[in-house]
Amino acid sequence: MNGKRMGMATIRLERPPRVRAWAAVGGKKEKEGPLGAQFDAVFSDTMCEETTWEKAEVHLQKVAVSMAANKCKLPISALDMILAGDLLGQCVASSYAARGTQVPYLGLYGACSTMAESLAVGACMVDGGFAQRVCAVASSHFCTAERQYRFPLAYGGQRTPTAQWTATAAGACILTTAADDCAPVRITHVCFGKVCDLGITDANNMGAAMAPAAYDTLHTLLSDTGTHPNDYDGIFTGDLGQVGSRLLCDLFSRDQVDISAVHDDCGKLLFDSKQDVHAGGSGCGCAASVLCAHLLPQLADGRMKRIILAATGALMSPTSVQQGESIPAICHAVVLESGGKR
Amino acid sequence: MDLTPQEYEQMVNEQSKPSPLLRDMVWAFVVGGGICTLGQVILEFWKKTGLNEKDAAAATSITLIGLAALLTGLHVYEKIAKHAGAGTLVPITGFSNSVASPALEFKSEGLILGTAAKMFIIAGPVLVYGIGASIVYGMILVFLGV
Repeated sequence: MNGKRMGMATIRLERPPRVRAWAAVGGKKEKEGPLGAQFDAVFSDTMCEETTWEKAEVHLQKVAVSMAANKCKLPISALDMILAGDLLGQCVASSYAARGTQVPYLGLYGACSTMAESLAVGACMVDGGFAQRVCAVASSHFCTAERQYRFPLAYGGQRTPTAQWTATAAGACILTTAADDCAPVRITHVCFGKVCDLGITDANNMGAAMAPAAYDTLHTLLSDTGTHPNDYDGIFTGDLGQVGSRLLCDLFSRDQVDISAVHDDCGKLLFDSKQDVHAGGSGCGCAASVLCAHLLPQLADGRMKRIILAATGALMSPTSVQQGESIPAICHAVVLESGGKR
Repeated sequence: MDLTPQEYEQMVNEQSKPSPLLRDMVWAFVVGGGICTLGQVILEFWKKTGLNEKDAAAATSITLIGLAALLTGLHVYEKIAKHAGAGTLVPITGFSNSVASPALEFKSEGLILGTAAKMFIIAGPVLVYGIGASIVYGMILVFLGV
């Protein structure tokens, strides 16, 4: 143990920061999914009554942040910092959402891993005493992501069975200090991931590109903390989808470790297989909204005691894919626990 | 991780469901064939109006392009194409869809830098290599003196 670090890469937060409040917002397809009723707000109009999809994504993020702040009866201006990310070039959805808040802001990019990244960075800031109230937020929008990474929406193309569906959603969490007794969830450990690349070049099979990163980070976290998958009520990866989830279980089974009983994936939870999303959901908003709509409430009321959120991101760009580069991936993990003070 | 990219590729292949080729091909055959039959109906219609064979063929292409662009705007074309694949991609209607869809999508960036600049983002390569190939073919014909 060196300072707050333990093992290879895990950070043990000495004064575990709390998650005081959270909010999840989503679009029409997310509303129709299995978690639809658990969202704080849903927009049936993909434009959210804005003039462009990019503005709609900004709106999603703004609503998520203001709802989360409202729940702890804080004005947004009382936040010490906003840590936000999205999929758009130059992180514009986050920056435009933070415009006008007058709160110090850091734009983060970890592709679909962004929610875990912002939670982890926020938790370190709070534990380190650099901030007392931090908002961690991430968003994605199907239409903005499609036009940036793939084809225009009205283009008649076929998606492969391994393709994933970018969620139109945002999730926001307000982190506070260990002394905040009102906050029902705490973050005890974080593990920042390494970039992993096992040579996958198919941008329509991102689950496969990201599974090694999820394995690497989870393996590191479990061995650093001396825990076993069964010590957790759930290990939730972000957006591996059907294919990546099977690969992750396969990768662990090579170590004679069976994670299938406790593992689930945000991309599989957000949508029903009948919703024509192929291998499952993806996008920063997927892990963010599943965390805020589905996982945090269960930790808050004690249905789950301790979980790992291991959100994964594929770090390619349209240019790098066109240039034939393989897809580097990352996974950041956060250990969340239910309950009050130790 | 003690796993080579080759070993991992094999794992990925085992876990990734391939596209349902037979179903895709049946869809493509039926819808593609349907579009061609529709084209024939339209051609006969134009001929009946008194156009000669050549003009009726041009009018048929224009009609199909117009119909496909309309269905693209109504977000119907992509719903058919999702199942039909090459059946909607290969006929001239697919070309129309590939031009109309970015034109619509990128209008949020303005009529010049959006609609006009992005209109050929998908169809552009087809034009470049299609016209390029026709030039090469034309030169061969010239040199062979046909």
